[in-house]
Amino acid sequence: MQEPAVTPTLVQSHGINESEYKLIEQILGRAPNYTELGIFSVMWSEHCSYKSSRIHLKTFPTKGPIVVQGPGENAGVIDIGDGWVAAFKMESHNHPSYIEPYQGAATGVGGILRDIFTMGARPIACMDSLRFGELDAPRMKYLVDGVVRGIGGYGNCMGIPTVGGETSFHRGYNGNILVNAFALGVTRKEKIFKGTASGVGNPVIYVGSKTGRDGIHGATMASAEFDEASEEKRPTVQVGDPFTEKLLLEACLEIMDTDAVVGIQDMGAAGLTSSSFEMAGRAGTGIRMHLDRVPMRESGMTPYEIMLSESQERMLIVAKRGREEDVVRIFSKWDLNAAVIGEVTDDGFVRLFWHGDEIAKIPVEPISTEAPVYNRPMQRPAYADRIALKLERDRVADAEMTASLLRLVASPNLCSKHWIWEQYDTTVRTNTIAAPEDRDAAIVRVKGTGRALAMTSDVNPVYCYLDPYEGGKQAVAEAARNIAASGGRPAAITDCLNFGSPERPEIMWQFAECIRGISDACMALDTPVVSGNVSFYNETEGKAIYPTPTVGMVGILEDEHHGAPLAFTDEKLDIILLGATFDELGGSEWQQQNMPDALAAPPLVDLERERKLISLLLALHENHLLRSAHDLSNGGLAVALAECSMDGIGCHVDLKGHADDLDAIALLYSESQARAVVTSNSPDDVLQRAKDAGVPAIRIGHTGAGVFLIERNGVPLVRTTTPELSRIWRSSFSLLLGGDTIDDVIRGVGEEAPEVLAH
Amino acid sequence: MKFGIVILPGSNCDHDAMHVTKDVLGAEAEFLWHKDTDLKGSDCVILPGGFAYGDYLRAGALAKFAPIMEPIRRHAAGGGLVLGICNGFQVLTEVGLLPGALMRNQHLRFLSRDVLLRTEETNTAFTSEMQKGQIMRVPIAHGEGNYFADDATLDDLERNRQVIFRYCDEEGRLTSEANPNGSARNIAGICNRERNVLGLMPHPERCSENILGNSDGLVLFKSIAASFATAR
Repeated sequence: MQEPAVTPTLVQSHGINESEYKLIEQILGRAPNYTELGIFSVMWSEHCSYKSSRIHLKTFPTKGPIVVQGPGENAGVIDIGDGWVAAFKMESHNHPSYIEPYQGAATGVGGILRDIFTMGARPIACMDSLRFGELDAPRMKYLVDGVVRGIGGYGNCMGIPTVGGETSFHRGYNGNILVNAFALGVTRKEKIFKGTASGVGNPVIYVGSKTGRDGIHGATMASAEFDEASEEKRPTVQVGDPFTEKLLLEACLEIMDTDAVVGIQDMGAAGLTSSSFEMAGRAGTGIRMHLDRVPMRESGMTPYEIMLSESQERMLIVAKRGREEDVVRIFSKWDLNAAVIGEVTDDGFVRLFWHGDEIAKIPVEPISTEAPVYNRPMQRPAYADRIALKLERDRVADAEMTASLLRLVASPNLCSKHWIWEQYDTTVRTNTIAAPEDRDAAIVRVKGTGRALAMTSDVNPVYCYLDPYEGGKQAVAEAARNIAASGGRPAAITDCLNFGSPERPEIMWQFAECIRGISDACMALDTPVVSGNVSFYNETEGKAIYPTPTVGMVGILEDEHHGAPLAFTDEKLDIILLGATFDELGGSEWQQQNMPDALAAPPLVDLERERKLISLLLALHENHLLRSAHDLSNGGLAVALAECSMDGIGCHVDLKGHADDLDAIALLYSESQARAVVTSNSPDDVLQRAKDAGVPAIRIGHTGAGVFLIERNGVPLVRTTTPELSRIWRSSFSLLLGGDTIDDVIRGVGEEAPEVLAH
Repeated sequence: MKFGIVILPGSNCDHDAMHVTKDVLGAEAEFLWHKDTDLKGSDCVILPGGFAYGDYLRAGALAKFAPIMEPIRRHAAGGGLVLGICNGFQVLTEVGLLPGALMRNQHLRFLSRDVLLRTEETNTAFTSEMQKGQIMRVPIAHGEGNYFADDATLDDLERNRQVIFRYCDEEGRLTSEANPNGSARNIAGICNRERNVLGLMPHPERCSENILGNSDGLVLFKSIAASFATAR
């Protein structure tokens, strides 16, 4: 076997710089061979090592009474009561999804699901946070179609419902889309498993699919920017097989029910390399592996390829000595490979053998403890100085308000996304209490406990671009508001931090500011960070995405019956607006649609107001005082009222007495935070409780069948009907995908998306 | 009575079928492993939804070779009840216990949403507690639910009153808008000529509890249980 010589060119092509190479020589006490170089390159890739983000991530609040497992394991774990725990995490699969959308998105789902069941938890829900470019940008409809099919193709086959998520469109993602996949599982507290290789002499067992040549250097690809040559990287995208993963899930949970397993870890990014090094690292041990014993899909594979392959649906198990047969028996019951490929040692090295010859020997501890950590330079970008405090705008006639609302309701960001989520199985496992668009957060019961879990994913990248600190705060605040409006108590978050190149000081500044915002909000709202993922280098030809720190939040419903839908349910209910409205149109949907080039500050997030509103919403739900509840976010008050009216029960409101000093545009479309609109049959009780809680509250009108009328002092601002709103909202996305304009959608002409959206 | 719930590799509604029969209905229920050939005394065998063998080759095509299928065939031939839901319906057509085939949805996309079903026949063990013409809201979640058979077979099904459920609108009309996948004659579920084998694409087990916002599906499982109560 002839391996390439390690030359400076080879080192550079592995993304390792000069000082990092020197460090490798220091750690080994010699020059690395080809396989060792490959191992270092993936372990020290940005994707696996967090070398640029680590010092910032340390500032997250990660502790709290409900935290069972914080960051550092395959997923975070929280206590949900009565001995039950929930494991959850969100992870990016951006680069692969842009290159090959179906497989990229599918394996993103597969990877996050393995992170959950490797903890011993059975996955019960998925969400996806998707960011696309403008629908008429090159390849974009094909990317939307491929990503949605890929997510559905994997999750549906696994039998895990996709219950929530978000999808938005902005020109900032024309060259670099984002696919962030979230999964959550539940188990008993004492049943949690960790990725640890302890117990000298214990067997190291490879289970799952055979290893092929797919995905080699996937982690390294995710650690570089895109350019014209990216198309050539298509072979680095892995190919998913959800059927095999379904078998792997059942086999893993079955072996975990025995006491044969010491530790288990999935082979995700950097495959066998990261799983073996991380498992030995956590236990402070070593591992000896015979790579020729790894089940392989094709002949002629080299140790380098085996160590770097990112073939999917594989796990590494450390079992108790003498229990190898139990592992093999259960995996063969599920028609899966299981091969003993090595053992745990006490020498602190990962040592690799090929037909008896030692071909690599790397100390475990230094590869993580001495890994490069960069405190990269930061600089406030020049555009930040051009951002106005307030959006300056021309006066808009009251008569224009109905048309402006309809245009917002038809916009890709605000219209119904049922075209997307109806391609996902939302009801399998019979736990779904609130499916997408039912409430502000998805609600999934935990059978046998009487409890339920709420989950949501949120971030507003435009806010984060305009003010990364406020934007970071807002992502957490909105997530918490969504959970509380749906009936859950906000508990903890996972995050998926998507940014441009960390080597640019402006990007690093955005990153640090977003983290500072998330940390402050998590502290104020008592929702620690328990897991997460960083995705840098989201740029194409020097143009970075908008800063996108996606927050996935989980909340707990002590009683599965708590909460209310977001839509108005009955006629003649009083409508109450909670919170205060200010002139905050910077970054709003109205500004993006009407003044796309304007730069104005996004809404400020007052965490004290948020905390009060959340407590109030929870108290109202617990006392069963609400018939509907919906937080105000993108599109402001008018869009929120429209969203509440999509099931046919609309509203007649008069906003007199609320924000009387604002013009109609700000009144209707300002995106001021800490607001919600609720209905109740005990409005006086709601108003009194709001007063006691220090939350501004005003009765603005009542619900009614078919009607949609917003007035101010008796003067109509918006006048339409619920069938009209509903038609536009529900039909728009498919029509826009079919190539129609927003005006076509409103006029009711045009064609829906074809069956297959071509490349 | 006892339900036997088959686990094929890739079944993913097996736990749901267990939950609805055991926890919600309160009946006896046990899992049946695909490599076994013992129905463990089951009175009603359920082939649950999922992606048996990954739907590779064709949905249900590989499942017919599973060892558990032989005793299921014998059970059906002896008049025992067999219920196929979603992927289970696809398997039953591949096995030959039900006529016709399930093709890819007409719009070529996986579709997950609530549909309305009209009960066409109540003289089966699965529908005895329903009213003829009763409209139920039931979720679907499939990519290959487009029921197809040639006209002679379809006419035969109608003549023998084997069409049990059809997709309908709120007034019970069989419109093309109400048909989510292009199924021939809006067919959502059929039984065999002997009326002891039923296959349907929608998922009654997913709408059998009030907490899930809909319990329209429970009557199907109650019917099965009732048919045994009256038989005794």
